Amino acid sequence: MKFLPRSLGACLLVVAGVFGGSVTYALDEFGQIEDPKIMARYDRITHELRCVVCQNNSIADSNVQLAKDLCRQVRELLLAGNTDEAVFDFMTARYGEFIRFKTPLEGKTLFIWGAPFFMLLLGGTIVFRIVRQRSRMPLDDTPAAGSA
Amino acid sequence: MWKFLVPFVAFVVMAVVFAFGLDPKRDIRALPSPLIGKPAPIFNLTDVLDANRKVSNSTLKGQVYVFNVWGTWCSACRQEHEALLAISKQTTVPIIGLDYMDERQDGQAWLRQLGNPYAAVAFDHEERTAIEWGVYGAPETFLVDAKGQILFKFISPMTLDVWEREFLPRIAAAQRSGA
Repeated sequence: MKFLPRSLGACLLVVAGVFGGSVTYALDEFGQIEDPKIMARYDRITHELRCVVCQNNSIADSNVQLAKDLCRQVRELLLAGNTDEAVFDFMTARYGEFIRFKTPLEGKTLFIWGAPFFMLLLGGTIVFRIVRQRSRMPLDDTPAAGSA
Repeated sequence: MWKFLVPFVAFVVMAVVFAFGLDPKRDIRALPSPLIGKPAPIFNLTDVLDANRKVSNSTLKGQVYVFNVWGTWCSACRQEHEALLAISKQTTVPIIGLDYMDERQDGQAWLRQLGNPYAAVAFDHEERTAIEWGVYGAPETFLVDAKGQILFKFISPMTLDVWEREFLPRIAAAQRSGA
């Protein structure tokens, strides 16, 4: 630390603490999963499952008992060798599609996923038609310039 | 012509969608259960009143039954308890209880103090059975037919009105087709 003023060193320490902190995983009452790969999947999945009691929290963020129970369930399913998809299927089979924050792209959700593109197309068409119509209009309303 | 027709049709479509979507009688927090029409998950638990006695719904095949999920921490469950007692006196179908997220002594004290409307109460200390049934907020009441399929689920405190309107017709239909 010879080259750094003390305050800058302290600053870096704080920055390291903040950003270093973000790579540690959310812990539940059962502690860290030993295999870091499974731990990462656990972390991702529990953030993508809605707490059906509080509804706008993920089960990883919620303190409700049901959320803790579902986190435990995710952990057990992962440690038993299930794929991510199998874990999501387990949850949707019991609680419905609503438990997933990310709506899967399939037949009945096609409307939801397609709606923005449809709106864009619709809006684009309207704008295009208006612009084209206006471009055909006279530049000013003096009668002579009109019929060019 | 189009200038009037397009906004008019758009208005009608939106009005219909909103009329259904904003229905004040609809409970927006009540989620549709994907388990309706599916086989009821089998549980093997102990009786809340007697840790040595087993309670399972596998022995209920061939019988229509009501499955009521509660806990002593749940104030809405206390609210519906009177109705359950009245229902248990008049009805022909057994009410099986599931006491979850609870302590055994608390469940026992509850039944002693308030009366016991249940044919049996399974004790789900770890909430595993509740998860299998997709329970997310007590009280929840399921109706299971003689083939062991879940016919209906009601989320909210049971009342005699709900019982007569939602449950009795379904029970009658299930018993007719199951016989």
